[in-house]
Amino acid sequence: MSETLVNLMIEGRPVSVPAGTSILEAAKTAGILIPHYCYHPGLPVAGVCRMCLVEVEKAPKLAPGCATAVAEGQVVHVYSEKALEARKGVLEMLLINHPLDCPICDQSGECELQDYTFQEGRADSRYREAKRFNPVEDFGGDVMYVPNRCILCTRCVRFMDDIHGAPVLNVSERGDRAYIGKAPDQDLTQAWAANVVDLCPVGALLSKDFLNKARAWELDRTASVCTGCSQGCNVTLELRDQQVVRIRPRGNTDVNKFFMCDHGRMNYKWMNRVDRLEAPMAGGSMVDWEVAIEAAAKALKGKRAFVVANANLSNETLFLLKRLIAKTGGSGYFNVPQGEEAPLPGVPDLALRADRAANGTGAEWLGFKRDAKPLSYIKPGDVAVLVDVAPHAAAGEALGRADAIIVIGTAMPAVVTAAAAVLPIANVAEEEGTLTNLRGRVQRFLQAKAAPGMARPSWFVLADVLNAVGDTAGYLTANAVFDALAKAEQPFAGMSYDALALTGTESASVRAGVGA
Amino acid sequence: MGYPQKSHPRETPVLSKHFGNGDARTLDGWKKLGGYKALEQALQMTPAQIVEIVKASGLRGRGGAGFPTGVKWSFMKPGDGKPHYLLCNADESEPGTFKDREIMRWTPHALVEGCAIGAYAIGAETSYIYIRGEFQEPIDRLEAALKEAYAANILGKNAMGTGKTINVYVHKGAGAYICGEETALMESLEGKRGNPRIKPPFPAVSGAFGQPTTIINVETLVAVPHILLNGAEWYKAMCLSNAKSTGTKLFSVCGNIMRPGNYEIVLGFPFKDFLYDLCGGPTAGRHFKAIIPGGASVPIQTMDEAEATLMDYEGFVAQGTMLGSGGVIVFDDAQSIPRQVARLTRFFAHESCGQCTQCREGTSWTTRILDRIVAGHGTYEDLDTLLEMAENMTGKTICVLSDSCAAPVVSGLQKFRHEFEALITGKKSSTVAVGSPLPGAASKSPVSVGAA
Amino acid sequence: MSAHTEPYAPVFVGKRKEEIETLLQRYPTKMAGLLPALWMVQEDRGWVSEQAMTEVAAVLELTPAYVKGVVSFYTMYHQHPVGKHFIQVCTTSPCLCNGADKVVNAFLEHTGCKELGITSPDGRFTVIEVECLGACGFSTPVQINADTIENVTPDKVPVILAGLK
Repeated sequence: MSETLVNLMIEGRPVSVPAGTSILEAAKTAGILIPHYCYHPGLPVAGVCRMCLVEVEKAPKLAPGCATAVAEGQVVHVYSEKALEARKGVLEMLLINHPLDCPICDQSGECELQDYTFQEGRADSRYREAKRFNPVEDFGGDVMYVPNRCILCTRCVRFMDDIHGAPVLNVSERGDRAYIGKAPDQDLTQAWAANVVDLCPVGALLSKDFLNKARAWELDRTASVCTGCSQGCNVTLELRDQQVVRIRPRGNTDVNKFFMCDHGRMNYKWMNRVDRLEAPMAGGSMVDWEVAIEAAAKALKGKRAFVVANANLSNETLFLLKRLIAKTGGSGYFNVPQGEEAPLPGVPDLALRADRAANGTGAEWLGFKRDAKPLSYIKPGDVAVLVDVAPHAAAGEALGRADAIIVIGTAMPAVVTAAAAVLPIANVAEEEGTLTNLRGRVQRFLQAKAAPGMARPSWFVLADVLNAVGDTAGYLTANAVFDALAKAEQPFAGMSYDALALTGTESASVRAGVGA
Repeated sequence: MGYPQKSHPRETPVLSKHFGNGDARTLDGWKKLGGYKALEQALQMTPAQIVEIVKASGLRGRGGAGFPTGVKWSFMKPGDGKPHYLLCNADESEPGTFKDREIMRWTPHALVEGCAIGAYAIGAETSYIYIRGEFQEPIDRLEAALKEAYAANILGKNAMGTGKTINVYVHKGAGAYICGEETALMESLEGKRGNPRIKPPFPAVSGAFGQPTTIINVETLVAVPHILLNGAEWYKAMCLSNAKSTGTKLFSVCGNIMRPGNYEIVLGFPFKDFLYDLCGGPTAGRHFKAIIPGGASVPIQTMDEAEATLMDYEGFVAQGTMLGSGGVIVFDDAQSIPRQVARLTRFFAHESCGQCTQCREGTSWTTRILDRIVAGHGTYEDLDTLLEMAENMTGKTICVLSDSCAAPVVSGLQKFRHEFEALITGKKSSTVAVGSPLPGAASKSPVSVGAA
Repeated sequence: MSAHTEPYAPVFVGKRKEEIETLLQRYPTKMAGLLPALWMVQEDRGWVSEQAMTEVAAVLELTPAYVKGVVSFYTMYHQHPVGKHFIQVCTTSPCLCNGADKVVNAFLEHTGCKELGITSPDGRFTVIEVECLGACGFSTPVQINADTIENVTPDKVPVILAGLK
């Protein structure tokens, strides 16, 4: 694609951007964030908040940065006196009817009205009249509307109309009586509706789930990947006191743009489970790790590892499991729970996928077979290795055919009555690794919190088991496991943690159309 | 004039010639008065020829902005393969203005003819007359005229037997001043909230239904048949001041004046003569105090300014205001300027679409402060706030409603500041000291809580 | 005037259905039929209820939320039932300076409406102030339902009201 580049100056810095780029986006490339509310890169331009007014030399009036295209030779001043005065005026007007309730507002600390007021606004208010009042409204789904805080930027309306294709929100009334309305019999329960909470620049649309759980500045944030389905939306895990309290989408142009679905958003409570396996066990007793690993190796001696793996396990862990299978002449299976597919119409190739697990693709690439009832294949001579799976009670009989059972997991499967070894592992929030989404994109997730008790990262436990069964796997970091994986497995060829960075890479073989 | 009174001898009735003549409303009557000859003639010409004549006449938009009509039409490219639309702006809502109403009430066929010519000139097969919902009588008159025109094959698929398609439809608004703004009108026509659009794109590129569109005020369109029949030179010759302002213009006159009504004069007419001679001056025992000459959106004039004005596009600008829509609102010495300004800003607050921050919040805040001042609870700081807010409301929003609200505030404070101050000092002389909490009894103004 | 609880009878059946279908031929989009469709609803029902908005949405392939956004933008659509005679008195500046406020008071007094916007106890009248009716030279213009009456002064109010059925 040949693009014409336009050259201009923004705040004295030369900028070259493709023709048609807005001044606001062009300024970003020069490291300048022009304050704005209604503009959002994932939504159609509205140009209504008038916050992004900048001075363009030779133009008669200030220009809205979001709705003004760059022009050759333009000279833009973001912080000129005129532009600052205009934005100060906008901030003052946005605040006259806005309650001063930051101390009890969930948005506080991550509020764009707060931020820009602090940055460019007036120190005092000249408003001496009564403030507008409208009652709080439950919008259904996970969304609550606090109209008094609303600045009518219409991001939520545009998201539901133009991106979600579910126009249930509107601007009702007009002038200063306007507010965001919702169709009375349609709640915000659409698959992607809760994105309006993220999009809201102020505390007008709030998550009911997150309500009053934490102040924004108390949160520890970690880059991760959603395990709710095979789409692999980039997310941020947000924790307070070692508890995941919120998941929010993390921007990734190639995967999920700025969005994530409500299913993924609510898919975090299990990360805080307290009924976890915390200590290794052998023969029904808690033991030291060395003893438990030895017990596992002993059970596997001369037997075939019959591995059933959770489809959310990392590529690293699955790779080591593959080697365990190879070493023992065993077999590997995984199962993916199914759900209804729910696309986000406004973004190509973005959907809550029917495959409700994050790494089915990785498992397939590493030779695991997809099967809904794998345990039925267990034969005498197999040792069932259950890796973070909880088989149905009916699988008890099949498990009974195995010579032994090794549990590697975060919780004890109810169906298992006696295990040769129980090896507690960390969950996805507690370790790092990579996941492969349905398009063959390999993406890293980082550790957000500590694993409970003596639980260890899954790849670490598997490396120990491999060593104990005679396969040298002296890995001390997830990074080292991934390097070995990249060397050994063609679809991962050429990849490294550094190269994946925080947004991932599509497998070269997928790109070349070779398939894995 | 013509209705309710006879035209004044110093008027030049061209468009208003048949006001008050019921016969002009029917097709037969209209034809006897020379109606539809211009259309017949136009359909024998090329669209480009029509545009050239209109250009040469110097006709400028009568809705408020005064853009040269022929130039506007020349932006349209008939034959570009796209559907074109002609929109007639009959949403006359500018306070003080009621000329289009009379045109449509008395001479509906004049507008139908103007629309048909305009549509043909810009390559449009469809023209919509967007008319405000309150104008039920004009709507009924227009609908009746259209019915006759279709029945007589003046309009339709074979307009006047030329094989050309010209459709004209009435589209009724529903109570929104802002729909008189051209892009808001297009949104409204499309079945949306009347929110003005960001420009560019301009209507000639992407207007109604995303297609090339020209939007023209009623008075402008009804002038076109006369220009075609009598020639550009005839029209151009109607000029009393400068060559940029040609032709006749209807001025609606209202407020505190002897003979309110619609007066048609040649542009450049002395405003002083207009007010005192044509309109009869102030009512008995009163004196004029201030004038808003171009509809509520333009700055207020003092009488010194008004009496020095020549009534054309440039003449009003030279005297601190604008010609606007030609709605002349006259206030006499019994009127309080602050009260009238407060009433005007209340209008704009009511009519703001609410998209842009400065307009949504500023029109309302301005009104609340003014109401408080009028109620006797203002401060000098309020006047500074009003002026600073007016600055924030000017030139910063998608459309100019916000600017329009600021105009009477700024001009009112510049030219009649003493009246505002009198209300404030009046308060000072009472028991309420400056800086003490606001009293809660301000009429229509909510009580301030903990104001600093 | 129908209450919210009564079963909703659709507007766009029979003649009205034909009418809207004919009308839609004037426009390149169905959405453009929204304002006219809402007018039809109001002519037939006196106001635009939420059920009516839902019906209009279905007829024009829009959503109820969208229709509500449009209805609430335009002041002439009644979102609640109003009196049989809906009286709008222009009080914008040109009329105000000719005493429109006194005309408003006269209507309030003679209709039994205690407040602006509150329908009289007998359900016959609702009086509101309206922004510029575009008849400033005939102050004070008063619009009663679709009819505009020019040059209304307080003393004419009883006569005008007596003439209403």
